[in-house]
Amino acid sequence: MSTAPLPLAEQFQYGLQAPICLTWELTYACNLSCVHCLSSSGRRDPRELTTAECMAVIDELQRMQVFYVNIGGGEPTVRPDFWALVDYATDHDVGVKFSTNGVKITPEIARRLAGRDYVDVQISLDGATPEVNDAVRGRGSYEIALRAMANLAGAGFAGFKISVVMTRHNVGQLDAFKAIADRFGANLRITRLRPSGRGADSWDELHPTAGQQRELYDWLVAHGKDVLTGDSFFHLSGFGSALPGLNLCGAGRVVCLIDPVGDVYACPFAIHPSFLAGNVRDPGGFARVWQHSELFGGLRRPQTGGACGSCSAFGSCRGGCMAAKFFTGLPLDGPDPECVRGHGEQALAATATAPAPRPSPDHSHRTAPYRAGERRPVPLTLSVRPPENAAQPPVTACNPDPLAGFVPQ
Amino acid sequence: MACAASTEPAGRFDLDAPWQLDAQVRVRPEAFGALLYHFGTRQLSFLKSPALLAVVRSLGAQPSARAACTAAGIQAEDLMRYELALQTLAASRMICKRGTA
Repeated sequence: MSTAPLPLAEQFQYGLQAPICLTWELTYACNLSCVHCLSSSGRRDPRELTTAECMAVIDELQRMQVFYVNIGGGEPTVRPDFWALVDYATDHDVGVKFSTNGVKITPEIARRLAGRDYVDVQISLDGATPEVNDAVRGRGSYEIALRAMANLAGAGFAGFKISVVMTRHNVGQLDAFKAIADRFGANLRITRLRPSGRGADSWDELHPTAGQQRELYDWLVAHGKDVLTGDSFFHLSGFGSALPGLNLCGAGRVVCLIDPVGDVYACPFAIHPSFLAGNVRDPGGFARVWQHSELFGGLRRPQTGGACGSCSAFGSCRGGCMAAKFFTGLPLDGPDPECVRGHGEQALAATATAPAPRPSPDHSHRTAPYRAGERRPVPLTLSVRPPENAAQPPVTACNPDPLAGFVPQ
Repeated sequence: MACAASTEPAGRFDLDAPWQLDAQVRVRPEAFGALLYHFGTRQLSFLKSPALLAVVRSLGAQPSARAACTAAGIQAEDLMRYELALQTLAASRMICKRGTA
């Protein structure tokens, strides 16, 4: 054959037999309450997939030749069947990379993981110092993460990942993150903050400034080959040369999400009914959702650039991130809210009066630590109710008599 | 059984040697060609044409990479491109020389 094949990004637009990058959130339960959690995790959902249902999904992924899954949550390791599911997946030709805050990575677990092929671990860390990290991830979370890293390194697990969501408060720490990764023999992975889940409420305060975006782009150009990005910064390509990786929104084309109750969404950052393609419990299972859902079919049809079509950067940024646009109330065929040419800011200003869609559902802890500016309970003064009948002594809390306090008339 | 670390000096691909897919590699056919995944290195590669997939699939059964290309109907004028593609696959340990494993 002598005709040159289409570039891969062109091929991927039309979808694949099975996803390349499948994220599977195993539970909404989490010991932390990160302010930017893309899945608003905290409490387990009672409808979460059972162990047997999870194994059936793994069987199906093996049949579809999904070679590996990115497991997350919530905090996936708090599921009591987590290690059994990891073993089951790797025994069935489905490699596992799981994201964790590190809470269960004891020295013993670290030794076990170091001895396994096909398992990769990603520890989340959003600040190179406890102050910056804990402000986003909660008090004590920096210490938990670094203890997990020390345990993995101590067990000889080389090349685990340290995963950082870039925020206004940590862009300046990029070199410090790299130093932490080097110290533990780990790889640094940085990804983009999205206004998804609880991130919708914290995005305004946390997303990098325009100047920081430039700083980030320059750092990526200088260090691109030593750092993983999940190809999540393609919206920065408008600054100049395209960054390494797939410069295309992969939602529903090469990427999707299975959530803890089996719902299949177009991408991990798009947990909203508008991007729900089906459920793995439906007849035909995950394969049918991936191959035949109307939503994914629509995402795989050629997209027009819309308002971005005439921009000289469209060829490299492709209009940016679908989820970022959606949850900031922007049209999907227009600029990304963080468009480096400034079109996003203008678009945001134009839509400022209309409310953006709310992420759903919410599994947040109901007792999350209070944050600056949040409403707190009003303190009340407690007092003792005066006895209605002074002649009747009060019933004590520990009186076991079922007729205590009952006076026949 | 995994490939030995690259036995070739960084240079030309040996078209006349016998090659095979690494035992830790799985192949998923796609409309554009195929997806390769190496379970040992956890790397993905893309075969960007069905013809290249045919070459890679027949490597293990042919006496040489050149014979695999011929069997897949690759024309002489296109051989250079396939040689380059195979070299890339060898560098990422997706394929290895038979007998070196």
